Amino acid sequence: MNIRKVFFLLTTCASMMATQAIASIAYISNEKDNTLSLIDLDTLEVIDTVNVGQRPRGIVFNKDFSKLYICASDDDTVQVMDVASHKVINELPSGEDPEQFALHPDNQRLYISNEDDALVTVVNTDNRTVIAQIDVGVEPEGMAVSPDGKIAINTSETTSMLHWIDTETNTLIHNTKVDQRPRHVEFSKDGHQLWASAEIGGTVTVLNVDNKQVIKKLEFKIRGIHPDKIQPVGIKLTRDGRYAFIALGPANHVAVVDAKSYEIIDYLLVGRRVWHMEFSPDEKLLLTTNGISGDISVIDVDNLNVTKSIRVGRYPWGIAIRP
Amino acid sequence: MPFKPIQLLITFIITLIFGVAASGIAFATQKVSITYLELIVDRPPLLSNVLPEPEDSGLQGARLGTKDNNAGGRFSGQQYSLIETRSNDLSELIEQAETWYQQGHRLLLANMPGPALKQLARKFNDRDLLIFNTAAADNQLRTSDCFNNLLHTLPSRAMLTDALAQWLVAKKLKRWLLITGPRNEDLAWATSIKRAAKRYNTTVVAEKAWTFNTDLRRTAQAEVPLFTQTDEYDVVVVADELGDFGEYLLYNSWYPRPVVGTQGLTPTAWHRVVEQWGAAQLQRRFDTLAGRWMTAIDYANWAAVRSIGEAVTQLAASDNFSVSNSAAIRQLLLSDHFQLAGFKGRKLSYRPWNGQLRQPIPLIHPRALVSQSPQEGFLHPKTDLDTLGFDRPESHCRLQQAAGASL
Repeated sequence: MNIRKVFFLLTTCASMMATQAIASIAYISNEKDNTLSLIDLDTLEVIDTVNVGQRPRGIVFNKDFSKLYICASDDDTVQVMDVASHKVINELPSGEDPEQFALHPDNQRLYISNEDDALVTVVNTDNRTVIAQIDVGVEPEGMAVSPDGKIAINTSETTSMLHWIDTETNTLIHNTKVDQRPRHVEFSKDGHQLWASAEIGGTVTVLNVDNKQVIKKLEFKIRGIHPDKIQPVGIKLTRDGRYAFIALGPANHVAVVDAKSYEIIDYLLVGRRVWHMEFSPDEKLLLTTNGISGDISVIDVDNLNVTKSIRVGRYPWGIAIRP
Repeated sequence: MPFKPIQLLITFIITLIFGVAASGIAFATQKVSITYLELIVDRPPLLSNVLPEPEDSGLQGARLGTKDNNAGGRFSGQQYSLIETRSNDLSELIEQAETWYQQGHRLLLANMPGPALKQLARKFNDRDLLIFNTAAADNQLRTSDCFNNLLHTLPSRAMLTDALAQWLVAKKLKRWLLITGPRNEDLAWATSIKRAAKRYNTTVVAEKAWTFNTDLRRTAQAEVPLFTQTDEYDVVVVADELGDFGEYLLYNSWYPRPVVGTQGLTPTAWHRVVEQWGAAQLQRRFDTLAGRWMTAIDYANWAAVRSIGEAVTQLAASDNFSVSNSAAIRQLLLSDHFQLAGFKGRKLSYRPWNGQLRQPIPLIHPRALVSQSPQEGFLHPKTDLDTLGFDRPESHCRLQQAAGASL
């Protein structure tokens, strides 16, 4: 019996080590646990939990995946984690209450939303200095930088605007009013479209980046769920331009949208209060953070169904995946 | 110049289709002034005087709303200002309102009790001054004493008592002992909770009037158990709006039962413990500004100013909108096209029949949010928010209907 147990443990360890070496890993920030949960995308199991700063929310990798930037909102800092050792090696002067951010394609400039200060702070991640601070509306949250690096977009939740920032000059060039409480923005891979979610408005607005005009406003309807509870937050677009996935918050569903015709194809039931999402590197899987149920739902992108839920820490918020 | 409904409708449609594209640079700044009137009311001495109400309750909420509006206004071309007058003399306040009106101000926040508000509203009833009731919870203002140009951002007492009753029903706490204080507010609150008892088919097993005039801090342990010895109840419901004796009922009732109402588990428009739905940010902004907790009256003032801000931003997209056009603002606020994100987990809007701001009601104890009504399962054909307070058939108010409102 004992020998069998030992053998079992040994083989498990060995296989875990083997998969760890090759598998993609999802990093999930647990807002109320001050930790990151690490999920192996081959086994879809939590393989590690790492302590980080207070109230971790937005997380993003640098381009070679050697560093992970973590918004530690209640510490008023962005932590820089060395991915190999899982040690926090530095902090960035993020401004107060950093919530979400986006890394410029130059791998150097980080655009950070300072929720309490109505500011966007631009930080040089190499020498850890503030390049600029830009006044935006009340409660800035969503951040995205266009694939060509020319424009950064910030959403302000209470002012309900998209703020267009010229990354050359770090000044505002345009503001677009959208529905109430815009939470997240996402560029299409070709950079011509911008998708913006309005949590309380219950809509997603698709804009033409070149002329800044609205192409389409998406509305959602799920049988048996009050329209007020359908609150879009996270948005993910597939590289091939086929699908958009929209996380609908307390409606506990992810909407699947045909990104060309803007038809809503399906609603997938996930965990409770779904906010943010990330694809596996091959885009076969989409993982969602479900804050209230404290778990991650795994969506099979080819078959458009939910295959698994994985328990993580309390109030999972952000997610980033390294290949 | 007042808007014709059809023009307004077109504006709405344009706004809906294209959104409002606003470039902060290209716009000439529109100045939007909001006037604020507060009647300072002397508070009677209270037995439970440990935590007094802040003296600038309401005013700080209006100031934060103005700040929030300006943060957005600088991008869409508006500059908001708050003009404040506070006094303990109502006639002085009404005179001030008249002067403001003559000067061209058309938006007014009224932080005053119901009877004073009625005098003010009556004086301006046939004029285009848009008044926001931010402090009077009187049910009559939502059912029978209707004013065309009066909107309410503070919930009515009935909204609060319905919110509480729904929770009690959901918890199967259906036998109530009702204890009512001697003041008019207490009686009004008690009337309101009795309406809820009827509505939700619960039983008031006994109703007792609070008559003690001793200092209960010393005698609660001795007096309250006997006072609450009646037929068995599931819960003690207390109507003591100012907080005179209610605090001493907790843990002192004859049967060991929870205390709810104006003390204990309390329905309120707003409280420090509301942190979900992004509310933590609002609480923090408020604390930075005022150095204290945000009250329900602060919230009502904030919501009024933010409502104006959202309406003006939408309307400003049309070329010929003038900020003194309070009729257009009112019309938009009462229409289906208005929505306000109010940190309560869903969008807020106004009831077109009586101008009441629809809103979820938090149920709190001093250190935590317990629940938020409407409770699951209380249904309504239009919106479950209208299970709280006076639905259209229950109100005699029929504010002049706004264009585009189909509710």
